[in-house]
Amino acid sequence: MTPRKWDKVATVVLYMISIFIIFVLAFLLLYILITGLPHVSWHFITGKSSSFQAGGGIGVQLFNSIYLLVLAMIISVPLSLGAGIWLSEYAPKNWVTSLIRNAIEILSSLPSVVVGLFGFLVFSIQMNFGFSILSGALALTVFNLPLLTRKVEDSLQAIHYTQREAGYALGLSRWETVIHVVVPAALPGIITGMILGMGRIFGEAAALIYTAGQSSPPLDFSNWNPLYIASPLNPMRSAETLAVHIWKINSEGIIPDATQVSAASSAVLVLFVLLLNFLARYVGNRLYAHLTGVKERN
Amino acid sequence: MNNDEIRVSLLKRSRASKNERWGKLISGACITIIIGVVVSIFYFVASKGLATFFEDKVNLWKFLTGTVWNPSAKDAQGNPQLGALPMIVGSFSVTFLAAIIATPFAIGAAVFMTEISPRLGKKVLQPVIELLVGIPSVVYGFIGLSVVVPFVRHLFGGSGFGILSGTFVLFVMILPTVTSMTVDALNAVPRAYREASLALGATRWQTIYKVVLRASISGIITAVVFGMSRAFGEALAVQMVIGNAMLLPQNLISPASTLTSVLTMGMGNSVMGSLSNNALWSLALLLLIMPLIFNILIRWIGKKGAMRS
Repeated sequence: MTPRKWDKVATVVLYMISIFIIFVLAFLLLYILITGLPHVSWHFITGKSSSFQAGGGIGVQLFNSIYLLVLAMIISVPLSLGAGIWLSEYAPKNWVTSLIRNAIEILSSLPSVVVGLFGFLVFSIQMNFGFSILSGALALTVFNLPLLTRKVEDSLQAIHYTQREAGYALGLSRWETVIHVVVPAALPGIITGMILGMGRIFGEAAALIYTAGQSSPPLDFSNWNPLYIASPLNPMRSAETLAVHIWKINSEGIIPDATQVSAASSAVLVLFVLLLNFLARYVGNRLYAHLTGVKERN
Repeated sequence: MNNDEIRVSLLKRSRASKNERWGKLISGACITIIIGVVVSIFYFVASKGLATFFEDKVNLWKFLTGTVWNPSAKDAQGNPQLGALPMIVGSFSVTFLAAIIATPFAIGAAVFMTEISPRLGKKVLQPVIELLVGIPSVVYGFIGLSVVVPFVRHLFGGSGFGILSGTFVLFVMILPTVTSMTVDALNAVPRAYREASLALGATRWQTIYKVVLRASISGIITAVVFGMSRAFGEALAVQMVIGNAMLLPQNLISPASTLTSVLTMGMGNSVMGSLSNNALWSLALLLLIMPLIFNILIRWIGKKGAMRS
């Protein structure tokens, strides 16, 4: 074989590998959507789940997922913003900072199960929150913080130093420069990162099994007082999310239509995550265009 | 104007400098909280996980090499039967097998995206890989349960649950991560290297194989190790397809278990503070230590690669 023939063979093989990967994704998406979507109906999305009979819905689980997502973001967004600003703007270049960076890196590489168990031990047992939405939101925060912080730091670092110098030259303090100049300029990147983080949180289950719990008490959707025990907003009630629901009916559940329910739930979950991904891209680009007047971001 | 007033206003902190101090304080507090979380994770998991060895006096060596996991029963000498080897073997085999399968695919796709057709790569493969990352792990588990397990059962017999199914699921899960990190590694190879090789009359494949891949080898290894660290910590998707039998796996299609699967199944069924519970925390500690080792490995590889160039 001549080198030229090898080149041809290698090119064909590389094309085949790429086509194979595309095929895998297409298969995954089509499988989920084709088996799941026919089962998705308004009744399924809003209905109550059943433990024994067929025909259960995912209304409560979907609500729990969204509520947990909102709570976790409320806690983690300010924290990661502050931490990212510190790392990017205030951190001195010494061993303490590099230790902190390493710690955040390690936190982001921890398996989500370990984060969940930590949440179980500290939030559910030591702090006595039990299996509750609050414990779940805190565990999700731990799970999400390192990535968000990194994203914020990277976005801030990407802003040219002349922008900061312009702020200082106008007599602004460092903090004012950060808040009024650097953060607005970095906003597209930050928002994109946040929305992608939301997608990750929405699909996370391992960190929630032992923090938010695997059961959903009956909810009274007419009472929105957070202190009322059966209120949907009560942060101290246990809450099974959509992702946990899929895991549960597949590994322990005994409902006869487990395959359909989990396919449909997977379809809802995947569509939601895909929607968030597209939203992240769209919002990021729009914001970038709005702030800079440049049409396309590369 | 009164001299004193000027003096006072000059010596007083300005509003901007007060703001500055507040800002520094707040952002510093945020980072402190994160560091506190990291420290407390290690403290709590380690204190629970080490209790098995210090309070219940289980032999560490026996824990790591024993093959029988039955915390509630005792063996002939009256020692608790805590052998974590089946889970450790299970975890490592799915991790390594998934990495072995994923690596050629990841490198192939990355080479395609950077060397063969950057246009198609950016337009088609890049979004595909981003979408694959976005699919939640329980969904992978569900598909593994309803597609991969029957497929393996059909092809090789047995129940279909086992290391092979776990490997397939993990392969798809780590593929996008390894691919996108490999793409970064390949993109970091200077253009001049390729041009020099092509100018010497090398074909495109010779350039890729003899120049680009070799120049980026440390980056590629880092990507693979990172993927392995992901695979090692993955819980639910693996737990759903591996069969959850706490036996030393005999072959690739016999039911097995991993550290993560035992933890997800067992933690709810044991009482806090009991021996079987502490033993589970020891497994969690193992899971906590492994990413650290992978992390150190990645750094070491990165340093070696950096020194050579």
